[in-house]
Amino acid sequence: MKKTLIIIKREYLSRVKKRSFIVMTILGPILMASLMIVPFFISKWGEDTKNIDVVDETGIYVDHLTSNKSVQFNYLTSDIKTAKDNLMKSGSYCLLYIPKPTPTDSNSAKLFYSNKQPGISVTSYVHEKMKYVLENKMLHDKYGLDKKDIESVKTSIDLKMENVQTGENSSPELTMMIGLFAGILIYISIFMFGSQVMRGVIEEKTSRIIEVIVSSVKPFQLLMGKITGIALVGLTQFLLWIVLTLGIVTVFQASVFTATKKNVTTEQKAINVQQPTPMTNTIDKSAPKDEDAEIMNSVMHSVGSYNYVMIIVMFLFFFLFGYLLYGALFAAIGSAVDNEADTQQFMMPITIPLILAFVLSQTIINNPQGPLAFWFSIIPLTSPIVMMIRLPFGVPTYELILSMGLLVLGFLGATWFAAKIYRTGILMYGKKVSYKELWKWLKY
Amino acid sequence: MDILVTHNITKRFANHVALNGVSISVPQQSIYGLLGPNGAGKTTLIRIINMITGPDEGEVLLNGEKLRQNHIEQIGYLPEERGLYKKMKVGEQALYLAQLKGLSRADAMKKLKYWFEKFEIAGWWNRKVEELSKGMQQKIQFIVTVLHDPKLLIFDEPFSGFDPINANIIKDEIIRLKENGATIIFSTHNMSSVEELCDDIALINKSNKILEGKVKEIKNTYKDNVYQVELTGYNHELKHQLNGDFIIEQEAHADDILTASIKIRNGKTTNEMIQALMQFGNVHAIREIIPTMNDIFIAKVNNDTLKYNSATNLTE
Repeated sequence: MKKTLIIIKREYLSRVKKRSFIVMTILGPILMASLMIVPFFISKWGEDTKNIDVVDETGIYVDHLTSNKSVQFNYLTSDIKTAKDNLMKSGSYCLLYIPKPTPTDSNSAKLFYSNKQPGISVTSYVHEKMKYVLENKMLHDKYGLDKKDIESVKTSIDLKMENVQTGENSSPELTMMIGLFAGILIYISIFMFGSQVMRGVIEEKTSRIIEVIVSSVKPFQLLMGKITGIALVGLTQFLLWIVLTLGIVTVFQASVFTATKKNVTTEQKAINVQQPTPMTNTIDKSAPKDEDAEIMNSVMHSVGSYNYVMIIVMFLFFFLFGYLLYGALFAAIGSAVDNEADTQQFMMPITIPLILAFVLSQTIINNPQGPLAFWFSIIPLTSPIVMMIRLPFGVPTYELILSMGLLVLGFLGATWFAAKIYRTGILMYGKKVSYKELWKWLKY
Repeated sequence: MDILVTHNITKRFANHVALNGVSISVPQQSIYGLLGPNGAGKTTLIRIINMITGPDEGEVLLNGEKLRQNHIEQIGYLPEERGLYKKMKVGEQALYLAQLKGLSRADAMKKLKYWFEKFEIAGWWNRKVEELSKGMQQKIQFIVTVLHDPKLLIFDEPFSGFDPINANIIKDEIIRLKENGATIIFSTHNMSSVEELCDDIALINKSNKILEGKVKEIKNTYKDNVYQVELTGYNHELKHQLNGDFIIEQEAHADDILTASIKIRNGKTTNEMIQALMQFGNVHAIREIIPTMNDIFIAKVNNDTLKYNSATNLTE
């Protein structure tokens, strides 16, 4: 046991000290935090106004295309040729040309540009506005209606979900996102840390240090030490990610709030001193700024409505045991080959269940309580991923316990299997190993 | 007293028998050569002694006790296929391997300091292994093997990768370790180092032990009463005039010196041979030809009669 601890310590420290680990640990939270923060900024940041010249030969669109902050339509009266020639000089972003409809081609238009090709946001905006104008005209001509009439009868229904047991509100999109995110993270980390185990075993084999080590400790101790050490590396990384991400988001949130409050209070004070009556004015002014906090708040609130502690604990459990199960198998592969190039043939049976679980994730999200979801979240090889996807939708406790229990059993089985192959494999050199050979090793 | 005894060790692999009832006895404080051609089963035997694999039949006794996992700390093993973690620093790695052998960190540190200074490699402590030459790495491996003062040391081809100067340093260390009480099992193909170092040997061929004993005794058993003589001013008719008691097996002429190897038969003594030779010329030199371990090795492995690797022996 003491020696296993020494091995764990080495495996852990040698990886945690690596530059790649440190970079990943710092980059991860920045990435995750930016997933929450960037949409906020995108909604805030305006774009430059782009001028679009319009030459309309049909006369339908003139003065009807609505401009907004980022796109400004200018209607030209000149013909298309001069407009095209002037495009360079005028400094307009692009030129929209709507020719007279021909019998074969009734609704077409062309967008001319000089140096910069218009981005998708501009083209889709133009497309949408033209469609609106044309549809509006057709409605008006045929039925005497307006687009606005149609809008007025459109209703939206707000379908909210609430768990009767816990009273939690949830939105299906977010539930899906959380599950999928956790599932994908487990998928990626099993591959990442599993192949670290495999590379570690291959390294010991090719550097020929293995025989020196197994003359001091049992192969099983080395195997467990390595797998445990790398598991701790993974857990360290996740914990740092969680803490750092929460840290960044909290700091950001706080800074948004204080900025808003300051603005409101100073403005209010200033106005209160001058003229106390038009309070409505002040509220109007500060409203857009309050929006920032509100967006952030609503993001945070919906994120916060889940039982996060439960999800994080389950995530760590399924990551840990899923990784341990696969890590043992990866170690067995590493021990059976002489170099990484030879691992391909043995990787297949291991990667198939993982990839299958990953590919089925969409189906499972659509029907998180169905038989497919049930079985794949119970079978140890796929349960770490599938159970994580199902979890935010709510899983009966007995299923969860069954899945966890089977995963632990699966881990013990995989370790037993891996140890048998490992102890023979590590001392075999220069032999291309077949499945038949592996079967023999199991029986030694 | 034998420090290590194996009783009828048999080890089978899927398609062949690696060891077939091999019994060896390694005397305390000796250097014991484990010889044999490639694939004879030496490494398997060594791995069994190190508890890396277990025997199918038979048992290993260390100091009369059945081998247990905690005996491993009394054994130091330098495998033939040896290496170090390439990315790890030398000192850190030596500490790690020493701790795996059961030394405390402080003890390991103290001992490593002693050895690093002795081998004049203290400056390497913080360098990565991949920056060192192969010979340098071998030195570190040697240190790690002997660091925990094992009672039994097993060296598999210890001199491979060393230049002659460093090989001598290691050789002297091995002798010194023996003088300090350690027993050394020494596996090699280098027969001259066997002659130089080993007190006892065992020869393993095709999974069986075919020879075991003290080097001196084995050599005496295999000597064949053959003497090398040099004559000057000799009579060319020598061959025809010696009687059946003395057979000339080989002869060579150079610079008026006749060098011949002569076998003495029928219980005659060397003095009688000298007397006989004196009639034909001046006896310039005479010495007994003792078979080298190399000759014995080849003869036994090929299941052949002893042939002197004449050229080397006669000019020795």
